[in-house]
Amino acid sequence: MKRLAWPAGILAALLLVNLIFTDHFFQIEIKDGHLYGSLIDIFRFGAPLILVALGMTLVIATRGIDLSVGSVVAITGAMACLEISTLSSQDSIGGVLGAIGIALGLAVALGVGNGFLVAIVGIQPIIATLILMVAGRGLAQLITDGQIITINSDPYKLIGGGYWLTLPFSIIIVAVVLALMAFVTRRLALGLLIESVGGNAEASRLSGIRSHGLLIVVYAFCALCAGVAGLMISSNVSSADGNNAGLWIELDAILAVVIGGTSLAGGRFSLGGTVLGALIIQTLTTTIYSIGVPPETTLLFKALVVTIVCLLQSPAFRAKVFRSRRKPAPPTVPAGEKVTVRT
Amino acid sequence: MAEAILRMTGIGKEFPGVRALDGVDFRLLPGEVHALMGENGAGKSTLIKVLTGVYSIDSGEIELAGDRVAFAGPLEAQKAGISTVYQEVNLCRNLSVAENVFIGREPRKFGRIKWGEMRRRTTALLRQLDLPIDVSKPLSHYSLAIQQMVAIARAIDIDARVLILDEPTSSLDAGEVAQLFRVMRRLKEQGIAILFVSHFLDQIYEIADRMTILRNGRLVGEYVTAELPQVELVGKMIGRELAELERLDERPPARTSDPLVEATDLGGRVAPFSLTIHEGEVVGLAGLLGSGRTEIARLLFGADHAASGTLRIGGDQVTLRTPRGAMARGVAFCSENRREEGLVPELTVRENLILALQARRGWSRPVPRKKQDELVAKYIKALNIRPDNPEMLIRNLSGGNQQKVLLARWLILEPRLLILDEPTRGIDVGAKAEIQKLVVELSDGGMAVLFISAELDEVLRLSHKVAVLRDRRLVAELPNDDTLTTDVLMETIASGGAK
Repeated sequence: MKRLAWPAGILAALLLVNLIFTDHFFQIEIKDGHLYGSLIDIFRFGAPLILVALGMTLVIATRGIDLSVGSVVAITGAMACLEISTLSSQDSIGGVLGAIGIALGLAVALGVGNGFLVAIVGIQPIIATLILMVAGRGLAQLITDGQIITINSDPYKLIGGGYWLTLPFSIIIVAVVLALMAFVTRRLALGLLIESVGGNAEASRLSGIRSHGLLIVVYAFCALCAGVAGLMISSNVSSADGNNAGLWIELDAILAVVIGGTSLAGGRFSLGGTVLGALIIQTLTTTIYSIGVPPETTLLFKALVVTIVCLLQSPAFRAKVFRSRRKPAPPTVPAGEKVTVRT
Repeated sequence: MAEAILRMTGIGKEFPGVRALDGVDFRLLPGEVHALMGENGAGKSTLIKVLTGVYSIDSGEIELAGDRVAFAGPLEAQKAGISTVYQEVNLCRNLSVAENVFIGREPRKFGRIKWGEMRRRTTALLRQLDLPIDVSKPLSHYSLAIQQMVAIARAIDIDARVLILDEPTSSLDAGEVAQLFRVMRRLKEQGIAILFVSHFLDQIYEIADRMTILRNGRLVGEYVTAELPQVELVGKMIGRELAELERLDERPPARTSDPLVEATDLGGRVAPFSLTIHEGEVVGLAGLLGSGRTEIARLLFGADHAASGTLRIGGDQVTLRTPRGAMARGVAFCSENRREEGLVPELTVRENLILALQARRGWSRPVPRKKQDELVAKYIKALNIRPDNPEMLIRNLSGGNQQKVLLARWLILEPRLLILDEPTRGIDVGAKAEIQKLVVELSDGGMAVLFISAELDEVLRLSHKVAVLRDRRLVAELPNDDTLTTDVLMETIASGGAK
């Protein structure tokens, strides 16, 4: 896959930078039957972002955008923790599954709402999802009653912090979701229909594609992904924080999708690219800690790296850089003669 | 005859692969309404864009009031006194009428805008045009016709000597058109030269003093409207090509069969019409651009909703709400607007070709890849699509080949009624003949075809019967027997069916 070469190369470069600062960065070992290592950590901590970005990929492929994923993360975490906190035994597997079901059901309902606003009412996606982005934080606060709900549930802890078959459980969830998405979009025909609607909505409608239904499904799925990510985040800390859970994750997710090579103009999308994009962002966060960037400059540092990454991703920029590099030295000209050098 | 305010001589303009204008002469006299006529692609818009400084010219010269000019951009043309009002009003609808008229040149005193003077001058200006409206209301408060007239008022207030009205009437109703014409007559009296473009022949004959006709980027001639009968105008616009391709064969009459499609008083964006199409029958729709041809097609395909009347397909009465519903009844529609309603440019030839089939099957039942490759290979061969690489992005194909891919998209579905809207427009002669041949073969195989084309020769060659449209009204239905000729068709289009 030539399209993925650039994001893959950038990721590799970032990882190598870490090797300089952190000894044994690439080392993976088994402790107590669990896989440990910096690389595993990047995957584990990056799992929620990867999930949100995967859902976002499909939305962006339809020429849309979903700003509400961060709020959905907070809402599902809050909902799940609230339900679990009311259980008589917080370790009851049935009770925890019920709580997860309610929370994810709520996420899907919110996503259907987004899809309805975009597809049926015809509001621009950025505005339609902005509503939930803002209102959703309030909803999460309402659910938690403005407090941070703390729980103590081992089954729930498994989602974000547990291990299964030596692997972190969150990585397994991501792998399953990715495999399912790849199957449905690439082995089945959903991917083609999404790309067609994103590429030319009117032509798709005239070709008989039910674009309204398709949009609602895509927004609902994006919210579901955000919901699962919300469970992971709250499970990892065994608490729900309506204010800060998933804050700004929508921006990281959009960035991951774009770095992965899916255009904001809709159409072609790449799930593999999005995973690489999310990993790049997560690795960057890890790198910032490992090379000891002062906390007050982390955001600036991140912005700088992201700018460089985006420039490297841009074919126009690359063409320019390579052209000027290949250009032979300008011939010596007698003084006084006017030269124009194209850059 | 008065001295021309604007004189264009030997104008040439070339785009990659197309000679859009070829030695065109054009002159505009002060105080006249001059119609620029021609079919789609004749070069009208290119000429206007050259005149307004949007395009530069490759050859020829432009003289404005005797001085040779060359505009580097629209702003320069405007400063020289050439103003354009487009069909889509390009004013700020959320600002007041007065603000729109004076935007960018507000009367000021010590840096403050003199609102009172602005309103007074706008009111006076509009009163000159018989338009007594409240100028402090936002522009969006008024109808499109009034918005257009505000745009015109703004143009004349900036000392326009030449006013270009590009399709100003296409979205106006009869009363609004009359209002606009009143304003135009008044401007004429003030000595302003007006260049007017419209697809409505009646309007041309009502308002235009003279006209210039273009065809295929060349000048056909300059005429005084009153001296050119409508039928000759239509003839000059369309051009009487000698039928190089003879009738493909003597068309056997369509087998008498049950009617496949029966529309009774079906109306929407066209006046209610009745039309019957039998299996294996090719029905031609003739009429000028904007005469309602596409609207009929979209009604039959469920892309627009019918406001009145009934539609029966295969004997069942149906109400089409979506294209999908029409497809389920065996109707396929190949739009004239390839770029906006046909192509998905980022997808490959293969993906574009199977799109409608896949849409019909839904997301969960993919067309197996092997079957896709077979279908695509078959149609690439059958329609002679070049280059024959199914994995190429469709946007990289030529227009004719894109058209064939879109045609194949529908043929794969094996529809009972195939609606082709301008399937041969803008494609080369070879591809054109291939598509015509295909239409004959399909109808011989029992498919009903509704064939829409601006080229009367083509309509006549392929159709069993021809329905004639004019000004969004179906005015005649003529069986294609030996007596039907392009002349008769032109006569019908020009006279509106009234004999």
